[in-house]
Amino acid sequence: MEKVEIDTTDLATRELNDRLRDLMLAGTKKVVLRNVCGQRYIGTRLYSPEHRKMEIEIFGTPGNDLGALLFDHKITVHGNAQDGVGNTMDAGEIIVEGRAGDVLGFSMRGGRIFVRDSVGYRTALHMKEYEDKRPVLVIGGTSQDFLGEYMAGGIVILLGLGGKCHKGNFMGTGMHGGVIYLRGTVEKNQVGGQVEISPLPEVDREIVEHYVSEFIERFPELSLDKEQILKEEWIRLSPKSKRPYENLYAY
Amino acid sequence: MPRKRRELYNKDICACSIFGAMNQDGERFSGAGVMKAIANMHVRGNGLGGGFAAYGIYPEYKDYYAFHLMFTGNSQEARRSAKQDFDAFLCENFDVIYDEEIPHDDETTVTDPPLIWRYFVSCHQQGEEALLSDEDYVVKKIMWVNTKIENAYVFSSGKNMGCFKGVGYPEEIGEYFMLDRLYRAYTWTVHGRFPTNTQAWWGGAHPFSLLDTTVVHNGEISSYGTNRWYLEMYGYACTLQTDTEVIAYAADLLMRRQNLPIEVVAKILAPPIWNSIDRMNEKEKKLLTALRMVYGPLLMNGPFSIIIGQTGKMIGLTDRIRLRPLTAANRGAMFYLSSEEASIRLISPKLDSVWTPNGGEPVVGELRNMRMVEDEIVRLS
Amino acid sequence: MKSFVFPEFKIIRDEEKCGQCRGCERQCAFGTHTYDPVIDRLISDDYKCAGCQRCVIFCPKDALEVRPVPSPYRPNASWSREKLEDLKKQAETGGVILTGCGTDKPFRIYWDHMVLNASQVTNPSIDPLREPMELRTFLGAKPDFMDVKTDNGEVEIETKLGPNLMVETPILFSAMSYGAISYNAFRSLATAACKSKTFFNTGEGGMPKEMRGEFGKCAIVQVASGRFGIDAEYLNCAAAVEIKVGQGAKPGIGGHLPGEKVSAAVAATRMIPMGTDAISPAPHHDIYSIEDLSMLIYALKEATNYEKPVSVKIAAVHNFAAIGSGIVRAGADIIAIDGLRGGTGAAPKVIRDNVGIPIELAISSLDRRLRNEGIRNRASIIAAGGIRCSADVIKSIALGADAVYIGSAALIAMGCNLCQKCYTGKCNWGICTQDPRLSGRLNVDIASQRLSNLIHAWSHEISEMLGGMGINALESLRGNRDHLRGVGLYEWELDVLGIKGAGE
Repeated sequence: MEKVEIDTTDLATRELNDRLRDLMLAGTKKVVLRNVCGQRYIGTRLYSPEHRKMEIEIFGTPGNDLGALLFDHKITVHGNAQDGVGNTMDAGEIIVEGRAGDVLGFSMRGGRIFVRDSVGYRTALHMKEYEDKRPVLVIGGTSQDFLGEYMAGGIVILLGLGGKCHKGNFMGTGMHGGVIYLRGTVEKNQVGGQVEISPLPEVDREIVEHYVSEFIERFPELSLDKEQILKEEWIRLSPKSKRPYENLYAY
Repeated sequence: MPRKRRELYNKDICACSIFGAMNQDGERFSGAGVMKAIANMHVRGNGLGGGFAAYGIYPEYKDYYAFHLMFTGNSQEARRSAKQDFDAFLCENFDVIYDEEIPHDDETTVTDPPLIWRYFVSCHQQGEEALLSDEDYVVKKIMWVNTKIENAYVFSSGKNMGCFKGVGYPEEIGEYFMLDRLYRAYTWTVHGRFPTNTQAWWGGAHPFSLLDTTVVHNGEISSYGTNRWYLEMYGYACTLQTDTEVIAYAADLLMRRQNLPIEVVAKILAPPIWNSIDRMNEKEKKLLTALRMVYGPLLMNGPFSIIIGQTGKMIGLTDRIRLRPLTAANRGAMFYLSSEEASIRLISPKLDSVWTPNGGEPVVGELRNMRMVEDEIVRLS
Repeated sequence: MKSFVFPEFKIIRDEEKCGQCRGCERQCAFGTHTYDPVIDRLISDDYKCAGCQRCVIFCPKDALEVRPVPSPYRPNASWSREKLEDLKKQAETGGVILTGCGTDKPFRIYWDHMVLNASQVTNPSIDPLREPMELRTFLGAKPDFMDVKTDNGEVEIETKLGPNLMVETPILFSAMSYGAISYNAFRSLATAACKSKTFFNTGEGGMPKEMRGEFGKCAIVQVASGRFGIDAEYLNCAAAVEIKVGQGAKPGIGGHLPGEKVSAAVAATRMIPMGTDAISPAPHHDIYSIEDLSMLIYALKEATNYEKPVSVKIAAVHNFAAIGSGIVRAGADIIAIDGLRGGTGAAPKVIRDNVGIPIELAISSLDRRLRNEGIRNRASIIAAGGIRCSADVIKSIALGADAVYIGSAALIAMGCNLCQKCYTGKCNWGICTQDPRLSGRLNVDIASQRLSNLIHAWSHEISEMLGGMGINALESLRGNRDHLRGVGLYEWELDVLGIKGAGE
């Protein structure tokens, strides 16, 4: 079946995810969920050894852990998301047409997440990468404190659209891998001691341009001008060393 | 000299869901909406506790203190006996205008409820206590009842407001007390509990209240021992075996007895980090350093998001490194606070604005006036 | 009279390794090693050895071993070797046996019977490497309430706040007088205190004039019963003033600096003749009752224009909670309590080992007493007496102290091995001596670096333990006995400490 619609008004988390799994196993390619209100782990139960892929569209407010452990599906939320989006996500894509809550992309290992507005605390905590498996997170607005805490890999891009200032503190504390690209500026006291702030180098420009284009494509209602975005001041946050705590322990 | 017994207090730990709704024009609404909202967060609790605070529910008795009493004990006799002891005490110390059992629906699923009664009273200070204000008098008497009269607990003591709580899912408690049918309030706060001490008891559910201050709390206070020791010096007895108590008493101490505004109180309960304070301008630095120096033992450490209710106000606050979630939202005159956004959307699908406040910054709803406090100290208008 | 005692230490020299460099001879001020040119060998006199291990560590060939001699007497649980020999020494001399350092007797160490909490599941532990962890503490009197005035959105403080000391870590250097310790050691403590943003205590010996400008702001100066070196300039250059009423190693008696250690410079600082024994009187002769103490406290506040906190240091003895309460009501801003295991440069051994109570029990009972009386805010408590590691520090705070003083620990950081011969003035490590040949061995830069390292390491360990408990600010641990449990303690001990047994 190509496309199915479900009204989730009276469905609890378990029942909804039961249905989604059945649909995936039956070969459905696209599911539209309406009146979603707080159901959790949407997309999590969709692992299949055959690597089936499904597209899920959500109308409403999905609950916590949306797309946790996502195994290469695509989820679009027409609204705001809550906490834990993309928790330990392995592959796939999540698009949020609104804001997201805390702990977005925790331990993310692959795939892409695009959030139109701003996000909460502890975004991209312990994000990872290995060789060509590199997760990407693009946020249209700003992030609150502890962005990229313990980051070990991956790319985070913060666009600061709408003239918003980056006011988060403790960015990148414990960062030992990966990179954060920020449009705008931050003070030195906003970032962790292990983080180096540098202007965006030319070699990275291509990467940033690529993901900014993808962001613009996914949120056409914002009518963004790619050149305008790219020509503003951009900075790069990266770890100073792979072993930030080397000297701390004795004997 | 007899050996001192150390106080073996036990502290329940609380992971849960909270929700608050306030109509800032003062229009009162039934509890049906908030019951639905908290039911939506059902999975955050485990059925071992739920409760509501409602403001504006007793307009015909608005000048009298509404005491809600819980008489526990293993048998009907024990409960009746506790009630007798309490009634005797009450008559000596207060003038009772009216009293009755709080109406409830026996067809619901809550098990083994205690005897729950309400009394509308006014103060009757005499002798040495004649100089006490009504409020200090009520607090003193409540502390006495809760420590000295066995099986009797005053769990609500404000004017024109009341708490309803017990063991069960919050929506079950709401049905038990018929909150959707019998009451209309301009502020409702709700709590659903997941205690990790399996000995749940009716008095241990949230909200915790003293006079008209109520607190619902999600999290655990790791500084509980310190906070408790400090508050006990000022006459508060922490008897209800749950760390949330200290928040209610701290709010009473700071806001009612010391008249500190909420912005200052938030900076006491959830102050900024020293690194940030050292970078502020001289005036702010001096104030915040002084607050931390003097009120250090009231710093609430550990994850928390709380909703404090008071007459005319609803306040949301999270700990200074935001370990617990809280979403705030507005729609017209309605102001919402919730652990999860979805619950707000359930009862108000359209919202004018939705945001997550920063750690340590209070978000305040007031009758006919709304303020949101930013990082700068206090802009009262 | 021939002495009937045995040597306490035996020196074993590996003659094959020994190169006769005579380094050991130069290192030892007790004259233990001498070079015999006839046989071209170093000869060691076991009777003179104090067991300070200086020669062993500094022997370039690692040829020396010094170890305690097992008791040669028939084993006797009641008449231990120490009891026998002390008795013999007294029979020989008719004198009081002196000693140094803290008591070495096996009194129960309550630190080792308390365990700490850690947060799991219900409350996240906090990662000190990545999240802010605050150890800053204020020592001094705090008001109960703070009145604020809000005016047009601005908040003004109306209550006047008393003077407080701000420390970035709750570890301060305990009182060790210049005289008891060498100038270099004293200066090392001062340097490290300033560097680590904490404070050191001058002890009874005053502060040399040349140090006041640079180090006064990190100094707590002491006014003891001997009133050595006290003038208005001394008081005003400091950060706080401490009245020493007693110390844990020798409650009830005053400080004791043997004449051997009163050099010219010490005499100048203390304003007494060189070579004379500097014995502080047992009581302050103007404090015979609690109201006299109040008078002295306010005299000092007047002399310092009410700008500095005034501290009172007492030894932990029976009923001291009541004394402590009296002291707080007398106007002290800080109360320093020193327990049974506190160290000293010189004390009669019988007093060091038999008088006083352990600090752990003292902190708890004082904190509880002050809270029961509703006056806990009026003074900060600093605990001292055998604090050996960061776990001891954190347990002190959980029991109710605001901060700790370290004495023996600081000396060990500088090189001390607790040989207990401080009173002889022959400290081979250059710490407890006035002999310039010896004190010159202690390099101020290196020693102060070692002290700062110690504070840094302990502060970090404290952060780790705090984070483990789910706390990120020290003020949330103070008096928070809920995070402690007792193991292997009697019920009365749990009662006094105010903690539950593990598992309860």
